[in-house]
Amino acid sequence: MEPFVVLLPLFGAMLAMPVGRAFGARAAEWLTTSFLALACIYAWVLFFRVAIGGAAETIPLYTWIASGGFEASWAVRLDTLSAVMLVVVNTVSFLVHAYSIGYMKGYGEQPRFFAYLSLFTFAMLTLVTADNFLQLFFGWEGVGLASYLLIGFWFKKKSANDAAIKAFVVNRVGDFGFALGIMGIFFVFGSVDFDTVFGVIAANGDAVPFGYSMGAPIRDLTITFIGHDWHALTVIGVLLFIGAMGKSAQFMLHTWLPDAMEGPTPVSALIHAATMVTAGVFLVSRCSAIYEFAPNAAAMVTLVGATTAFFAATVGLLQDDIKKIVAYSTCSQLGYMFFAAGVGAYDAAMFHLFTHAFFKALLFLGSGAVIVGMHHEQNIKKMGDVKVLLPLTHILMVVGTISITGVGIPGLKLFGVPVGTAGFVSKDMILESAYAAGQAGAAYGNYAFVLGLIAAVFTAFYSWRLIFLTFWGRSRAPENVRKHPHAVPDIMLWPLAPLAIGALASGMLFYSQFVGPKSDEFWNGAFFSRAEIEAAESLHAGASMDATALLDHGVNAVSGDHQVISDLDADANLHSSPDETHGVANEIVIHDESGDHDAHRFPLWVIWAPFFAMATGTLAAGWHYLRGDPLKPGLLREGGMIYAFLKNKWYFDEIYDFLLVRPAFALGRFLWKEGDERTIDGVGPDGITAVVAASAKRIVRVQTGYMYHYAFAMLVGIAVFITFVLFTTGGGR
Amino acid sequence: MGVIETLTHAFPELLLVLGGMILLITGVFLGDRYSRHISLIAVALMIGAAILTLLGQGASANALFDGAFRIDDFAVFSKIVIFVAAAFAILMSIGTLPGEELGRFEYPILIILAVFGMSLMVSASDLISLYMGVETQSLALYILAAFNRDSRRSTEAGLKYFVLGALSSGLLLYGASLIYGFTGSTQFETIARIATSGETNIGLVFGVVFLIAGLAFKVSAAPFHMWTPDVYEGAPTPVTAFFAAAPKVAAIALFSRVLVTSVPDIIDQWRPIIAIISVASMTVGAFSAIVQVNIKRLMAYSSIGHMGYALIGLAAGTPEGIGSILIYMTIYVVMTIGAFACILMMRRRGGLTEKIADLSGLSKTNAPLALMLTVFMFSMAGVPPAGGFFGKWYVFLAAVNADLVWLAIAGAVASVISAFYYLKVIWVIWFDEPAPTFEREVKPALRFTAAGAAFLMFPLTLFLVGPLREAANHAASALF
Repeated sequence: MEPFVVLLPLFGAMLAMPVGRAFGARAAEWLTTSFLALACIYAWVLFFRVAIGGAAETIPLYTWIASGGFEASWAVRLDTLSAVMLVVVNTVSFLVHAYSIGYMKGYGEQPRFFAYLSLFTFAMLTLVTADNFLQLFFGWEGVGLASYLLIGFWFKKKSANDAAIKAFVVNRVGDFGFALGIMGIFFVFGSVDFDTVFGVIAANGDAVPFGYSMGAPIRDLTITFIGHDWHALTVIGVLLFIGAMGKSAQFMLHTWLPDAMEGPTPVSALIHAATMVTAGVFLVSRCSAIYEFAPNAAAMVTLVGATTAFFAATVGLLQDDIKKIVAYSTCSQLGYMFFAAGVGAYDAAMFHLFTHAFFKALLFLGSGAVIVGMHHEQNIKKMGDVKVLLPLTHILMVVGTISITGVGIPGLKLFGVPVGTAGFVSKDMILESAYAAGQAGAAYGNYAFVLGLIAAVFTAFYSWRLIFLTFWGRSRAPENVRKHPHAVPDIMLWPLAPLAIGALASGMLFYSQFVGPKSDEFWNGAFFSRAEIEAAESLHAGASMDATALLDHGVNAVSGDHQVISDLDADANLHSSPDETHGVANEIVIHDESGDHDAHRFPLWVIWAPFFAMATGTLAAGWHYLRGDPLKPGLLREGGMIYAFLKNKWYFDEIYDFLLVRPAFALGRFLWKEGDERTIDGVGPDGITAVVAASAKRIVRVQTGYMYHYAFAMLVGIAVFITFVLFTTGGGR
Repeated sequence: MGVIETLTHAFPELLLVLGGMILLITGVFLGDRYSRHISLIAVALMIGAAILTLLGQGASANALFDGAFRIDDFAVFSKIVIFVAAAFAILMSIGTLPGEELGRFEYPILIILAVFGMSLMVSASDLISLYMGVETQSLALYILAAFNRDSRRSTEAGLKYFVLGALSSGLLLYGASLIYGFTGSTQFETIARIATSGETNIGLVFGVVFLIAGLAFKVSAAPFHMWTPDVYEGAPTPVTAFFAAAPKVAAIALFSRVLVTSVPDIIDQWRPIIAIISVASMTVGAFSAIVQVNIKRLMAYSSIGHMGYALIGLAAGTPEGIGSILIYMTIYVVMTIGAFACILMMRRRGGLTEKIADLSGLSKTNAPLALMLTVFMFSMAGVPPAGGFFGKWYVFLAAVNADLVWLAIAGAVASVISAFYYLKVIWVIWFDEPAPTFEREVKPALRFTAAGAAFLMFPLTLFLVGPLREAANHAASALF
């Protein structure tokens, strides 16, 4: 039964086109949507069974590739991590399917659209239920393909095609790193199975890379890569993260995400906000074992994540396209998740991923409703006072906004749960983790905390700016749009309701499970923690040291809550030797047993800082856009240095164009025109065809139609043969 | 062995020649109105002959008429292919000849007589029976080529074929007399015995070269091929369909038997000649077809090329090589019949069309026909996994195993070049703007033939090529 949670969308994808052709677009829409509804219900069932009930399992479906020592199977791995992703993906996908029935009306080609949507969902589900890196990669490329198809869904539009190609090419850069990372894993471990790879790391077993005569304990192993000796786990971690950067649009590989907004809005909500772009976060969390023992790779994750959070938030300040604002916001929120994972707070990262899916999908789908209502206008400067036209959408968008900006009451806990919107709960968790890690000496921990706070200011600013410019103030829309807005069908509004509830309450509802006192049993060993593993090892240091025993310990140690780093407010020796951490680790275990996760050990200002950041941003936005002319705001008015810099998105596209695109085009043109057409084609195919065609004409000219010519040819032939025989038989007698 | 007993072993041939004569007399009395029935009876005769041949396989006495006529597995294999090919040729003509206003009852009877001649050729193991067979076949074919008496092109084709055929007969006879003169026998076995003893006799080799020239004309191998395009184009299309299939099998079978059984020990003398003819045919076939615009001429050059490939197996001269010829010819016959069935379906108001351009955009106007033609073109080009690929594969394999690697390479190069025009036809069918549609009404026999042949070429060939290879190799071993 369990595989159906993955397979139902695949069936939907395969059936959508034929059903659409046979019974009409309506049938295809309802078929795929109802399949997704079933998959969604089942995902929640599994979530409660696996994550809450603790019944993790892996269901092998079949062996995909078996070649020599290499084996990769297709399996459905159900643990808490994948169960969370299943819920997120299937819920959002179902709601987006339903929403699209309304949104795509009148565009035509609905069956193709729904087939792509379902195909995407299937690929994403194979990605998250993978039990080995190869299946993960399959899903990874599958979502990339679906994303490409959906961004370019309106393929007759040049900008859509360009955006699709850009997304594809930028993702190739990341995927190249990812593929190298997987090869590196196979090179070092001889396997791509999660359990094998992570088990070896946890047990610090010996690994012998291919072609090496001697192995070494995996945590100290070095391998040669592009001419240098590197720490093996760091190389793998960095390469995998490059893949994650591409897919999750992190700093420097982010340029495709805003352009991807060329796709239909439901696609943006599903793929470019809630699910696909979070695959990178999922990957890093899944590979926690690797990052825990590759501090430099983890530091890179933190650095890139924090930078993205800040950078994307600044760019979001001045965007005018309603979807691009939300897109940069997504980029920024992904940065939060990454630096949380980078400092070891994988549960906080996943928590934010979970809550973000709700409020970001809500914001996107709400924007879609606005766009439909405003006659497909996306520029918020041409809107204003939309709340009169779309009152319900307005309320829902405000709900999304208070969630993303993080409205809540800091320091207050009712029934052990913080009070606030989903974004408030999860973002505070991340910032506190970053602060704790910074205090504990984790690389870039403080950097992440500071940039995260600043980004929170900007987040509040641009989110409210969107609301103020779109919904409030005087209307700047053309007369006919104001008088006759397009009706927004009900089916585009009801999917927003569950999302709004999630945006408000999911943080409080799932706090104890994801990051609170119950997180140990909830995550059930899905994440690894270096401190815990090392503590367990040193506890048993006196006992037998052979590898199998170590493996057992490692695996046992893994099943504890790993939220050590954030608890280590007193301890700075995070990366010290096992002997030194011994005592500390014991202390942590005691902490954990008391279930004491309260933030009261943080200084008061840390607890209140995110709230003030949010308040500052909100007030600044109000000051800029609610007084006077909203098109001429104070600090960010046109013409300033900051304005140009931000408006042009830090000039990333221009720099890439100058550094990469144009040289690549020039090189390509040279190789094409001079290398291929002139040299290779000229001498090769074209030259040969010319010769063949010429000889064909010449040979055919012999075929005159005159009988005596034919007879002559026969006699010449026999004369030649006779002569030939005379010479070869040496004259004879 | 008495005359009666001897004749019982040649029962298939008797059936053909007696049946043909009876049908001729019947036809004279009944007239052209019954040509359709006569055709159907002729088909039945072919099938009957094929069944009798199959039943007579493995009979104790296999050399009849003092060793002039042989019934061995090689002959049985070739005859069955010939009979079946001829049966389909007649079947296809039923639908089409009346449309061309040629529905005369002589047509199937001439084919029966020609097939009788082919049957003699395949079994001939004496220079005299060889010549008898060749002439019996050829005389019928000359008439068939000129069958459309009212068409200038058809008469021209018949006349050209006749005159050049007479020239080739002269060469053949001259070669036969030289061989007889230098060995003192007309029987292949005796010739083989004498040819082995002592050093190579240049006179004998001359005789063999003339013989080769005469037979190369019959298989339309270069440089004795020049009649082929004109005759193929000029003759009525059903006749061309017949020309391209059965006579080729008979001629190449005879070719193989003569060289392998009568002069096996001077193979070093005749192998280069065969190799040169083979390469020349492949070259002519590959290059000349490129500039053709008429699909029948294209098929003519295509068949010249195919004969070149088949001769590679003869140049190898090994049991494997002869076996590969039989495989090649069987596959060739199937795809040729199928392709001509498709060509016969290219019918617009006012008759058959023959231009390649008429096929343009066929995939949009007549998808089944387009699909079948595509299969045949791929098969003839030798694109795996279509049937034609296996034919070429075994021929090349035989050449490589006989240390004729250069010949195999030449064959591969030629097949790459020839792929050009096969693929061009496919291009025209699938990617050009649609031309006016062909008539929808097609005789079921044609449709059945084309579809069956297409299925045989792909995907059935994948399952049948194994048994075919076994049977062919078994048949080929009868010559050694």
